[in-house]
Amino acid sequence: MNGRSLLLNVAVRYLMPLLLIFSVFLLLRGHNEVGGGFVGGLVAAAAFMLYAIAHSPAEVHDLLPVSPRTLFTLGLFMALLSGLLPVFGNQPFQTGLWLPEPLPVLGKVGTPFLFDTGVYLLVIGVILHILLTLAED
Amino acid sequence: MNLAVMAPILLPLTSAILALAAWRAPGLQRWAAVAGTFLQFGAALALLNRVNQSGIQTFQVGSWPAPFGITLAVDLFGAIMLAVSGLVGLSVALYALNGIDDERVAYGFYPLFHILLMGVNGAFATGDLFNLYVWFEVMLMASFVLMALGGTRAQLEGSVKYVVLNLLASSLFLSATGLLYGLTGTLNLAQLALVLPETQPHGLTLALSMLYLVAFGIKAAIFPLFFWLPASYHTPPVAVTALFSGLLTKVGAYAMLRVFTLIFRTDPIFTNTLFLVLAGLTMVTGVLGAAAQWDFRRLLSFHIISQIGYLVMGLGLASQAALAGAIYFMVHVILAKTALFLIAGIVERLRGSFDLHQLGGLYRSQPWLALGFALPALALAGLPPFSGFFAKLMLVRAGLEAGQYIIVFTALGVSLLTLFSMSKVWGEVFWKPAAMEPAAVADRGGVPVWMILPTALLVVGGLLLGLFAEPAIQWSHQAAFQLLHPDLYIQAVLGGLP
Repeated sequence: MNGRSLLLNVAVRYLMPLLLIFSVFLLLRGHNEVGGGFVGGLVAAAAFMLYAIAHSPAEVHDLLPVSPRTLFTLGLFMALLSGLLPVFGNQPFQTGLWLPEPLPVLGKVGTPFLFDTGVYLLVIGVILHILLTLAED
Repeated sequence: MNLAVMAPILLPLTSAILALAAWRAPGLQRWAAVAGTFLQFGAALALLNRVNQSGIQTFQVGSWPAPFGITLAVDLFGAIMLAVSGLVGLSVALYALNGIDDERVAYGFYPLFHILLMGVNGAFATGDLFNLYVWFEVMLMASFVLMALGGTRAQLEGSVKYVVLNLLASSLFLSATGLLYGLTGTLNLAQLALVLPETQPHGLTLALSMLYLVAFGIKAAIFPLFFWLPASYHTPPVAVTALFSGLLTKVGAYAMLRVFTLIFRTDPIFTNTLFLVLAGLTMVTGVLGAAAQWDFRRLLSFHIISQIGYLVMGLGLASQAALAGAIYFMVHVILAKTALFLIAGIVERLRGSFDLHQLGGLYRSQPWLALGFALPALALAGLPPFSGFFAKLMLVRAGLEAGQYIIVFTALGVSLLTLFSMSKVWGEVFWKPAAMEPAAVADRGGVPVWMILPTALLVVGGLLLGLFAEPAIQWSHQAAFQLLHPDLYIQAVLGGLP
């Protein structure tokens, strides 16, 4: 523990899952109400950074299944894909395509949601990439 | 359904994602960049062909109709710029195979390179003022990092100046755009062109147009806003400088040509006079600055500024002949300038220096390189039968027709000084006996073919532009005609709306 705060350590154990769930909530809520991939991504990245402060940046790397760079590459790719999907259906780039029936819990799902999820991953990836690099120095 | 208009933006984005995915495989990134830019050049040529045959191409992103959604609109001028940007992108991608070291690739040179091209192409293709701002930002963010990538002391010093001034320009651009939206309620270029002439008071429109002039003027490096350019352009690797000199300032000039022919037409006498004054001062300060330089790249950087003056001159004269001259000049100067920077890089590779004092004797050992320098250098100075001659001829004739003798004489005088400056480089780098020890010269070895090929591509491209001046000038006239008839643009974007 080398002198790190016990309070923070315990708090993070409870805060992190809450923050992550909240970030997903923001992401899902985003299309027509306040929220969205960007804010959701910020909250999720904040959760991981809190963990990095309580433990260490290296442990965040262990916690993540993939590197931050893979995260933002994937996010960028999803955003591009959301724009290209309608093109395969012979509609202009980035035209919103929607599933006919709303899904339970998620609500109406369409390409804008895919785009938002891409932004979500991109923001988490970029912020963690920058901050973890700075924190490790 | 018109994906051709999106292709020059989507291809670099896809390339950037692929480059990110291949982060740990630098060799793959290098060749993927060549393939990506090649496709992009092809797509831009296809688009150019299409615009030439069936007029202005538009695209409504996400099927939101103009003026509510984001519109992309490519007229002949935009399509020509896209094609040239594709060619410069391809050349720099080839040059970077050897010209960018592995360390810079490992820190993300290629994703940024593609993002930069995406920003440039987006700026050429967009039909929306806010969208233009976004593309400027995309381009600048990428260029900030490319400028600083490598982190040498000189690079960081140059980057600070570059970043600060360009951020200032961006904030001016953004505030002006906010004010314009408050005034008119739209940022779609076509609708602005309709609404703005009737918007009262005219004084406010004029003030806004001056804000845009300063914002774009900083990016285009016109007098008196140019000083960030020679302070920073000589610091990054040559491939990056060549890319910047070929495209970045030209995007600023493009944006000026676009907004001042399409939307800010309320007080032509005042703005055109102002443009001519700025054009003259930009030419003169640029070329005089170059005369005092003894560093190959700094000298060329000052010439970028002086050449921008000719573009502004075309805008200030505002006749069809003058705008055609400016468009032809733009293509000519991008090809010539990028080629010259690439040659400076080859010289540095051979002799390990950019200092004109230390160089010399290259004519004896590298006659082809000397020829490769002479062609774009003479074109830049405006000697017949090279492209620069026709470009300047068009501008000078337009100036005489308009009775603007002062700017015509300035332009001719600056031409002469450019010739002086180019012959100085010729004398110092190629003609005079080698200043270094012969042993130091011999040790450097040969030039990789991937550095020669793109340079030759650009030199030959410039040569063809001069040899086939007749059709090229005709195209420029058509493009200028479209610029002078905004109703064509408005019709293409807004369709049947009044």
